[in-house]
This record gives sequence, structure tokens and C-alpha cells, in this order.
Amino acid sequence: MPKIDDIASYAKDTAHKLGIKKYDIYGSAIDETSVQVDQGEPQQMKASQRSSVTVRVWNDEHSVGVTSTTDVDPIGLELALKTAHEASFFGVKENVPEFSPEATDPTAPHAEAKNPQAPVSKLLETLVEAEKELLAAHPAIKGVPYNGLAQRDIDRFYLNSEGAVRNEGHSFASLYLYTKTEEEGRKPRSAGAFRVSHGLDELDINGCLKEAAEKTISHLNYDKVKTGKYRVVFSPEAILSLIGAFSNLFNAQSILDNQSLSTPESLGTQIASPLLCLCDDALHPENVGAETFDGEGTPTRRVALITNGVLSGFLHSSGTAKRLNAQPTGHANMGSKITVSPHFYHIFAGESAEQDYSLDTADNVILIDDLSALHAGVQATQGSFSLPFDGWLVQNGKRTSVESATVAGDIREVLKSVIYVEKELEFTGSGVAPRVWVDELSITGE
Amino acid sequence: MQSPILLISKELPRLTYQSTPDRFDETWEAPLSTLLGWGRAAGADFIEFFLERVNYISCMAEDDAITSISPRLSTGAGVRVFRGKADCYVSTNDLSFNGLKAALEKGLSIMGLQLPAPNSYVPEINLELLRDYAVKKGKESWLADCSSMREMGDVLLAANGELATQAQFVQSRRAVYFRDWQEVLVASSDGTFARDIRLSQSVGYSLLCADGAQRSSINKRVGSTSEPGFLRTWNYGKDAEEVADSASKMLYADYVESGNYPVVMANEFGGVIFHEACGHLLETTQIERKTTPFADKKGEKIAHENLTAWDEGLTSDAFGTIDMDDEGMPAQRTLLIENGILKNFIADRAGSVRTGNPRTGSGRRQGYTYAAASRMRNTYIAPGDYSVEELFASIDKGIYCKKMGGGSVGATGQFNFAVDEAYLIENGKLTKPLKGATLIGEATEIMNKISMCSNDLGLAAGFCGSVSGSVYVTVGQPHIKVDSITVGGR
Repeated sequence: MPKIDDIASYAKDTAHKLGIKKYDIYGSAIDETSVQVDQGEPQQMKASQRSSVTVRVWNDEHSVGVTSTTDVDPIGLELALKTAHEASFFGVKENVPEFSPEATDPTAPHAEAKNPQAPVSKLLETLVEAEKELLAAHPAIKGVPYNGLAQRDIDRFYLNSEGAVRNEGHSFASLYLYTKTEEEGRKPRSAGAFRVSHGLDELDINGCLKEAAEKTISHLNYDKVKTGKYRVVFSPEAILSLIGAFSNLFNAQSILDNQSLSTPESLGTQIASPLLCLCDDALHPENVGAETFDGEGTPTRRVALITNGVLSGFLHSSGTAKRLNAQPTGHANMGSKITVSPHFYHIFAGESAEQDYSLDTADNVILIDDLSALHAGVQATQGSFSLPFDGWLVQNGKRTSVESATVAGDIREVLKSVIYVEKELEFTGSGVAPRVWVDELSITGE
Repeated sequence: MQSPILLISKELPRLTYQSTPDRFDETWEAPLSTLLGWGRAAGADFIEFFLERVNYISCMAEDDAITSISPRLSTGAGVRVFRGKADCYVSTNDLSFNGLKAALEKGLSIMGLQLPAPNSYVPEINLELLRDYAVKKGKESWLADCSSMREMGDVLLAANGELATQAQFVQSRRAVYFRDWQEVLVASSDGTFARDIRLSQSVGYSLLCADGAQRSSINKRVGSTSEPGFLRTWNYGKDAEEVADSASKMLYADYVESGNYPVVMANEFGGVIFHEACGHLLETTQIERKTTPFADKKGEKIAHENLTAWDEGLTSDAFGTIDMDDEGMPAQRTLLIENGILKNFIADRAGSVRTGNPRTGSGRRQGYTYAAASRMRNTYIAPGDYSVEELFASIDKGIYCKKMGGGSVGATGQFNFAVDEAYLIENGKLTKPLKGATLIGEATEIMNKISMCSNDLGLAAGFCGSVSGSVYVTVGQPHIKVDSITVGGR
């Protein structure tokens, strides 16, 4: 991708030529490499260098048009500006977006977190070794059908015609390992683990291996679970997935679109047990992909969403903040219609629980490790969910893998039925959370 | 046009090719055949270039306003390099000769190869005469014949207005349209040189109704792959009536009681059961990963003897129809299961190399950033001899799944999918509406429980996400009866 100064210069010249006085541009460039292996042999290796920008222009009637393009040269930018200008005459007439009032405010300090990419041969060697160790962890593990080791550099920028210019870059490395077992007379079982870090050298490969192996082995001894109501413990990953699936609860754009379980008046009401707190914190130290500004150039920040069970904040773009008389929070995605999305959830304990619980002594409790098929089993605007899961039935502290089952409920009831939030936080890639205990959820088994 | 002759070169040609920048035509033959020759000279067993240009636009009406018009313009290319059964894929936005050469060089280096040295032998790659489906099938004017931005807005506003008159307790109503115009060119070292233009359009409703704490949400979408005037002929009145009717019935529905039931699944999008429970497991990608229970079952009975199923890319204007796949192979009609016997797998090039199953014109991808993989096209269960009434009459207590949501299949063959609109069947009759149902099961078990197929095959447009991204597909079936399936609920 050309340098941001060059893009700013092309855009300025082209906009002037086309008579466009007001515009902004958000863009990114990605350079990534990934490998997969199968039984010690390279399976597929991928590399990609790509860039894209989204341009937004205001016409003389003050309506807005947007176009995105992967052609980030002067010709491509000119075509994008022309198309956006054409689209602007069909843009919204009410609540027209403006530049973020914070597009030139200082952002949080950002250390350029770029690490040099390792050669593909090193990635392959690392992944082959990881697969080998996982296959050796237990005789039942016959394959690691889903595996991948990837490294990615991302550069992103925002600029506008009033002189705002921001850019930053990151590096990531990630590893996932998902096993499959085969045993005579037994059904195949599968489990896995994921890790992400700033670079290959920092990647917790042993931790990933150990977790994948332990989980797989723990699922070998499985049984059906009886259908009924159970006390359920969500793993950090599972509770973050569930909250993420219902993020319309906190999404100001969804609220304004009547696509949320909340309304503007919900702010300040008790929506969860007082034991629960939730923040969205783009700048959390554990967030490997921390972004210091959003798609409108607004600085990101920590936003309290649930405080001791009370709905205490929404996620905003500059437009939703203006309409709801609030401050932008740095959660906007550039587009024809600005959308809002979370960065990095942080769940933690609020008020003290009357009683502490422990899985070591729990009885007839379902521990849900991972929820599946959220795209299909969640009715986000209705609040309901019915989801397959991987997990265990815990009886007198002993865990037996659940063969095939679903958990169903309503997110509003789940939040209010939290009976315990554990202390120990776990980083999952999409957030940090402890295990969360919930009473009386429907489990369908046999 | 003849390929340039590149025999034993004294040095790598430093040619400045002038390919047509805004169209993938014959002028791309020279640079691509040169690069393919270099790739083969470097030691690769097979090289493929995939070039893509996209002109996409989406438009959304919310209530009585157009709230989004989003054009997207994209160009890019991918090069795939095979060495033995291993391969790598490199993608780039840079379609200049040097950009493509850099991508090739990177791909070769990943495979432990390098561009040929001066005085190397460079094999001549004789590409076929451009096989141009866009020209052959009169697709060149498709983009220009599609609806303008103004027409998109007018149609969606009229459609959303119609929905307002049909529905009650409306919390929000949306009409959404997109047009995805794609030009692709495939050139590979086996001589493949083919171009196509695809035009995928889809339009539909999303309706959310609320009455106090009661809520229902219903979506409906239709699609086209060959009608530029698709949007202007959309029968939105009929769809608005259907969506409003479903939403009103589901608004006060009870949650389904979990358990095992006999189930009748409606035609059209009901076909997602076969797509998820069986179709994915017949892709060679799954054989390669050893994640399908059907890998060694070709020629064996894997389903009820009343079940026959197809996957094909030929049905006129269906959402998964393609003239060629993303590896340049003409579309095929593939018999998957005949009277319960597994006949064929769905194979792309890599799957064919690695599993020995013949290619079926099923190498598909979302775009240039993905390597092609074995993917479904129009996939459906063939019609049977029963009437729909006979299916219901065979059930004392069961569930009718009228409108399906999405679903997925896991690494162990377990599948699940959501039911958006369901009814209780009691003594052969539909009684009360039910919501919150999820169907779960094992592919190997469920396929033997599809015991009755009616005679009303219907197809529906869908989107399928997998290893090579999201692709347009058709799912379909007649009404079918599943003797017993686990229904997750409250």
C-alpha cells in the first residue's frame, strides 16, 4: 500500500479536481502468512498482501456517500471518490454523519508493536512439531484435522479533509490445534485450543498443546446427559461467546434501529445479577490487537457496560453519541451506515457472593467449555438461544464428558440468574473473563 | 492468439506486457503463460493464476428511509503452486506483471523453489484459446443492465412500504438488496485459460415484531444469478405477505419442549438439513482432513433407500449455478446419492490430487484471497412419490419445521440447525406454533431416518461459509419426513 502521506496527497488532489470539499478515508493493509500440516507434511501454506480503503464524501447538499476499494493508487482512489460522490445523492437526509469531534484528540500511547515475520520454513517446523507432540499425547488421538499457525502484520489509518491523520501498526501470531480421536466402538471426539500473541517468539505453543491434549483426553470418557434444568458453569470462552452474541444489548446503533434488547431508557436499570460487571476495553493490556482509534478516528477507551448488574453504558459511534446525548466511545466502523461493535470484553466479579462455589466439590453441574453454532442458534433480537456445546457433567467434583447436548435459554434470564463469578481471570483472545455460574438452564440430552 | 515461444532462454525475459487494464481478455495470455512457464521451470508441478475484479453494491431500506448504499470495487489475484500433494496460495492486490511475478516468486519460495536462473530451460505453456463464457453467453452487458442506485432505492422503499401494510406489531422492518458482479480469469499450467462473468443478486426482508415481552423475527430472501433485471421484477407483495404471516404466527408461539420427535421438514430452505448433515461431509476437503464418516463408503448404502440427492451447477438462474468453477472447469451435474447408495464426492483440484476422486467442477472460493476448495453448488434431495399430506398423516405427535435458520456440522459429524418457524403436529394435523427449536444429530444416523420424500421439490438461495470463504449456494428438497431427531428447546 502507498504511504499514508501519499494517499492523503492523492485524495486531496483528486477531491479538489472533482469539486469534493469534505471527505474522510479509513484504510488498512495486511501482510499475512499461514501454514497447515497433516501428519507431518505441509498441507497448505498461504500468503497474502492486500490493502483496502473506504472513502466517504459529503456533497454540496450535505448528504454522504461511501465506497470501498482495494485499488489504492491514484486511479483507484479517483474512481472510489467519484462513486462515493454519486452514491452521496442517495444518502440519508436525517442524522447525517459528521466527522468525529474527537478525530484530532490525542489517542492512548501506542508502542509500534511490529515484529519481523518468521520464514515459512520456521512456521512449518513449529507446527509439524506441535502436531507430532499432540498425536503422541494419547493413543486415541489419530489426527489434528484443524490446525494452523499464522502471522499477520496490520497497518491501519484514518484521515479527513480537515487535517486529521492517524495511523498505527500491529503484528500477531496465532496457533490453533483441534484434534480428532478414534477408538474401537467409541464415537469420535474432538477438542482444541487457541493462542495469540504479538509474535511467534512470544506464542505459548506449549500451553496450547497442553490444553488441546488435556481437553481431548477429558472427552474420551463420555456419556449422555439427561434432559432437564441444571446449574451451569460457563468457561471464560463460553461466557464471552454468549455475551458477544447478544452485544446488541450495549450497541447504541442497534438501539436506535430498534434491533436491540435495550432501549435508551434501559440505561441505569438492573439487567444482571449484582455479582456481575462487564467492560469493553480496547486498551486492555491483554488485548493483542489493541486499536487506539476507531473507523472514524475517535480514540478508543475503556467503557463500563454493566456495573454490579446495572446497565451503565453503551458502545457509541460519533453519530449515535450525538443522537443519544453521549460521548463517542471509539467503537465505530466506517461504512455507508456507520456500525458499532465491541473491541475486547472484560468480565469480572461485582458485589460479593453470599457463597463461594468450586467445581472440585460441585455436584450435578454442567461445565460448558465451548459453545457452537452461534450464527444459527442465537436469536439476537429475541434474546433466546439454543446452542450445542462441548462440556462435562460434574458429579461430586468428577467430570464426565457430555456426548451431545444443547443449552437453551434467554440471555436476560441468564444475566439475572448468575449466582457466582469466579475470581481467576483467563485471557481468551476475544476478551478476559472468569468462569461464571448460572442457575436453572435447560439442557437437552437424552 | 498464439502463446509467445519461450524455449531455452538466455536470461529471463524482461518483457513489458500491456494487458487490458479493465477487462480480462486475450491480452492476458502472454504475461500469464510466461509466468506459468517460469513456475514450471522452477520445479512446481502445477501453477494456477486466478484473477478477479468485483463491482459490488448493497442497499438497505429501514422503515421508510434508505439508510445505506455501499459500493465496493475490488481487484486482485491469487497464484497457487503445487509441489507433489502440497500446495501454497499467495494473493495480492497488484495485477501488474511485476505484482503477479512477485506473488509467484513468494509462492515458489514458500515451496522451497525459486525463479529459474538465466539459461534455464523454461517450458512453453500453451494456453487454450480463451474459453470466454462471458462472451459466449452474452454477459458483457449484465452490469449495465442492472438496477441503478435510484431504482434500488425506489424498489426497496416500495417493498418496505408494502411490508408495513401487511405486518402488525412491527418493531423494525428492513428490505435489503445486493448485487455482486464478478469477472474472473483462470490460467493454469495444464493449459486452462477461461474467463467468466458472474452476477449474483439477492433481495429480501428482515422483520422484527414485538408485543410486550413477546418477540418474533422472520427473514426471507430470494436470489438470482442470471437476470440483470431481477430487482425490478421482484414480487415483493407475495414475500411481504409470507413474512408478515410467519411473524404474526410466531409472535405468541410457545417454546418447544425438548425431546426426540418425528419431524416433517418443509421444502426449499428445509434442504439445509441435507446441506449440513451430509453435503459438507461429501466434500473432498473433509476426506483430506479425515473428518467425514463417509470417506470409505463410496458404493455403499449411507442413507434410506428412498433418498436420492444431487449437487450441480446447471439449474437455470439458481443461486449456486456457475458456468465454470474457480479452477476453470465447466459446471457439472454430480449424482451424490442414488436410492441411498453413495455415488460421488464433491471434488476440487487439490481434493482430487489428494484423495483420488475425480474433479466435479466444484472448486469454489469467495474471492481472490482464498484458494479454491471443494464446495457445494445447487444441492438438493430429489423428489419422491408421496404427497405432503401423506407425510403429515404418518405422524401422531411430531414437529413441522416450516422455516429453517442456519446450521453447521462439526469435526465429528455432529450437525445442528435452528428452526425459525415450527408447528406441533398432532394426529396428522398442524396445531400450535412453536419457537426456539434446534435440531441436532449425527450425519450417519439421520440420513437413514429420512424415510419419506414428497413430490414438491423446491429450491432456495443460501450462503455457505467454509474453508474458501462464503459462496452462493442453493439448498433444496421436497417435504421430507425424518423418523426421529433430537430437538433442543426449553
